[in-house]
Amino acid sequence: MNTTQIDTTLPDLGKPASGLRRVLNTPSLLIGIIMFTILILLAIFIPYLSPYNPTEQNLSAFLQPPSAAHWLGTDQLGRDLFTRLIYAARTDLTIMVLAEIIPFCTGVMLGMISGYYGKWTDRIIALVTDTFIAFPFYLIVIIVAFASGAGERGIYITFILVGWIVFARVVRGLSASFRKQEWIASAQTLGLPGHRILLRHLLPNVLPQAVVVLMTDMIGLLVAIVTLGYLGIGIAPPTPDWGTMIADGQPFITTAWWLSAVPGFAVVYTGIALSLLGDGLADIWRRKG
Amino acid sequence: MEVALQVQDITVRYGGFTALDQIRLELARHTTLGLVGESGSGKSTLARVIAGLITPDEGQLLLGAEPLGKKRSKAQHKQIQMIFQNPDSSLNPRHTVRQILAEALLFHRIVERSQVERRSKELLSRVQLDAKSLDRYPHEFSGGQRQRIAIARALSVEPSLLIADEPTSALDVSVQRSVLELFHTLQAELNLTMLFISHDLGVIHAVSDTVAVMRQGQLVEVNSKDEFFVRPQHEYSRELLSAVPKMPQY
Repeated sequence: MNTTQIDTTLPDLGKPASGLRRVLNTPSLLIGIIMFTILILLAIFIPYLSPYNPTEQNLSAFLQPPSAAHWLGTDQLGRDLFTRLIYAARTDLTIMVLAEIIPFCTGVMLGMISGYYGKWTDRIIALVTDTFIAFPFYLIVIIVAFASGAGERGIYITFILVGWIVFARVVRGLSASFRKQEWIASAQTLGLPGHRILLRHLLPNVLPQAVVVLMTDMIGLLVAIVTLGYLGIGIAPPTPDWGTMIADGQPFITTAWWLSAVPGFAVVYTGIALSLLGDGLADIWRRKG
Repeated sequence: MEVALQVQDITVRYGGFTALDQIRLELARHTTLGLVGESGSGKSTLARVIAGLITPDEGQLLLGAEPLGKKRSKAQHKQIQMIFQNPDSSLNPRHTVRQILAEALLFHRIVERSQVERRSKELLSRVQLDAKSLDRYPHEFSGGQRQRIAIARALSVEPSLLIADEPTSALDVSVQRSVLELFHTLQAELNLTMLFISHDLGVIHAVSDTVAVMRQGQLVEVNSKDEFFVRPQHEYSRELLSAVPKMPQY
């Protein structure tokens, strides 16, 4: 056998792009992060930023237009609108995040099991997802909200029941395609047990896509929380919540339109921030992969 | 000669299609069996059966004297490792080379945790890769380099049988040659027992001691390399050999 020169040099890729540089090169992600951070910082520091109590009524100063003392004016009970708006962000965003934790974890796990093992596990999980998907989401939310009484509990229960489905479906498809890849076969040849292949090999590969879906799903959940509040079966007054704020402002829509418009804008703002975050993350991971 | 692996009447069916039809084959220790055949002849299916990725419908495998059951023990898994055809998809895209090698080394307790780094570097140097490669991800390497990483991973657990399923056919000709040379060096240094699958007779000629020919799920000829290339017994083997315009010399 002749000897040929073996190429052992590594391809020169230049400096690997640092995490920060990648974020800076992705405008949608950068804007999403900035928008979301502003909202979170306001929600955290609102007790120090505003002299007002979000639930304290001041009937002598009701329905005031925006001024230096009240940046966004006051509502029909004389409460500072800006303060309530940000306290409502606390309420709604906390529920949004907490309600996604369990569905996200179960959805990703079930999706991986279903896609990786296939066969009967897949059939059972597919049957359950298809059954749940046949029901309109809001129908389930309203039924559970009435059954469990108004408030956050209905949202948590509904989301634990049906929230996982969207993640399970996406992750199932990904896992089923990865299962045929040779890196899974080589993990199996090594003798790694199934749970280890799922957690160490499959999970890091399905997680980016699942997180992108999470961002979109959170927007839907936020709208659901706000809708329930608006319908009066969500967060109970006087806890500030964007949905009840929109409903409360409705009678004054001709005289003080901002009462309903401002919380509505807050929902749109959060939605845009989350969707930019999702898009940006998807972009980065696509380029990296 | 001592037998490393015996394939006894292995049959695999997919619905009505018979992918492997009663395959009987023996693999002598410290030798390389070259398995040739056109695509769809069942070569890869046989490799996957031996690696434990496919359960055969009939027949059994003996590793040494030990039968390999449907569910293999950890020790049995360690004994047989495989290198896949496509280096682009045989390494987990989200694991660094360090993670890829450490997982194999630690899972099979080949070395202590404190020795993983040292051993990983040794493995990389064995496949002629720089130690700097450890913290890189698969996509940062060329196809040939990825295939070397896959070889290092397969060798890391010190298997008694190495299966190479078309390990060079996804590579450029010049890279193919250097990977083949690596196999040659490893055969000499490590005294490997190897099942080497290829549809390329030049490659088979370069690495094999024995040649087995498959066609439509059946084994049509098993012969020593020299006999096979000079006096093939089966009509189909002669067809295969005559289809090669000129035998490359290695």
